[in-house]
Amino acid sequence: MYEGPVQDLIDELGRLPGIGPKSAQRIAFHLLAAEAADVTRLQEVLQRVKEGVRFCEVCGNVSAEERCRICQDARRDPTVVCVVEEPKDVLAVERTREFRGRYHVLGGALDPLSGVGPDQLRIRELLARIGAEDVKEVILATDPNTEGEATATYLARMLRDFPGLTVTRLASGLPMGGDLEFADELTLGRALSGRRSL
Amino acid sequence: MSLYRDTGVVLRVQKLGEADRIITLLTRRHGKVRAVAKGVRRTSSRFGARLEPFGHVDVQLYTGRTLDVITQVQTLDAFGVGLVGDYSRYTAGCAILETADRLTLEEAEPALRLYLLVVGALRALADGERDTSLVLDAFLLRAMAFAGYAPALTECARCSEPGPHRAFSVPAGGAVCPRCRPAGSAKPTVRTLELLDALLHGDWGAAEASEPGARREGSGLVAAHLQWHLERQLRSLPLVERRAPEPAVPEVILRRAAGLAPPAGSGPAGAPVSPGGMFR
Ligand SMILES: [Zn+2]
Ligand SMILES: [Zn+2]
Repeated sequence: MYEGPVQDLIDELGRLPGIGPKSAQRIAFHLLAAEAADVTRLQEVLQRVKEGVRFCEVCGNVSAEERCRICQDARRDPTVVCVVEEPKDVLAVERTREFRGRYHVLGGALDPLSGVGPDQLRIRELLARIGAEDVKEVILATDPNTEGEATATYLARMLRDFPGLTVTRLASGLPMGGDLEFADELTLGRALSGRRSL
Repeated sequence: MSLYRDTGVVLRVQKLGEADRIITLLTRRHGKVRAVAKGVRRTSSRFGARLEPFGHVDVQLYTGRTLDVITQVQTLDAFGVGLVGDYSRYTAGCAILETADRLTLEEAEPALRLYLLVVGALRALADGERDTSLVLDAFLLRAMAFAGYAPALTECARCSEPGPHRAFSVPAGGAVCPRCRPAGSAKPTVRTLELLDALLHGDWGAAEASEPGARREGSGLVAAHLQWHLERQLRSLPLVERRAPEPAVPEVILRRAAGLAPPAGSGPAGAPVSPGGMFR
């Protein structure tokens, strides 16, 4: 352990994704040795990204304006809302070019081990939106892992009594290009229960 | 580098680098182990979803310089499959994992009893035959007993005077007699303390015959007692859904219903099934 600000810096850097304790220490000492002007520039860039990027007031996606491009686009079907955890998931679904509806970004998944409960996510906003807009289908597209599944379960229960609303979950199954014998029992089980007729 | 094999429960997973995870396991013979699962986040990983939280697995590892490395995994019980389909059970399961993690301070210190307790509790939660909240409280009471600080329930925590007593003091260590009772002690009903004693000793007949009021009060005492003994607060315990809330927001539904015809064939959604089961 180092003293005061140096250890604080190492701790903060260590919280960034992909940076372990050793890398954090290396970066901290690099910054300590750097020119003051270089550090100031980094500081300014960090400040700008935090101030200049906003979140869409409707869907919660990152946006340059009050409403994001997708929420402003009249050609996108407002009756279908795809619920995802993070803005990067919007990009992933958009890349498929399969989806013509709109999005709702939760800001994470229900993860009690990290202290994330329903109040920490944009769930209230989703319910208000379904109450106010003419939404006919909600697609739950949370991650296919433990936290994502639990989040989908929670939302499905919250939404099940909305009249005239269909709630669907992304199909999950076997990764394309793999061999059946290598699939784990959770994935194979889900693929089996979610099978479709041809 | 030496290889070893053990069975364990996945308590926690943390991202490491681009595609790896650090997996915290509570094992049968090696206590708590933190190990790296390389490439586990890739969809092509041979580990698949076997190393998700709640997984009860048979693992092979080799000892690394700082962290051990997982080389093979087989699923013994995929408890997570049953838990993620029910939010109350999922949150209770999370509290079990976090408590087990926090109670095993030293890595590699044997914790066989706690391991067996965690597996039993998760199995009971996943089976769903006993009440979720009772399973969690039974687990917490017994885990505290293993750690050496079970609350006194049938005798005074200070002078051992036999009960039943009518006061409970977390700082004093549980039930207290009228003479030892510190100011600010809680005043639980005798039935609440009887319920906690039944849960601590696995008397499920008595526990399941208890009233909702005693269960609620008992859960509060157990949580307060546990938090008192842990240095940092548990994150998951306040998020445990003890009772399923009313679905959705009524006025929002009404507003929507006013403008929409009721959907065809939408019968009443069945009430959530609650009775559950653990340590037989
Ligand atoms: Zn938007
Ligand atoms: Zn006494």
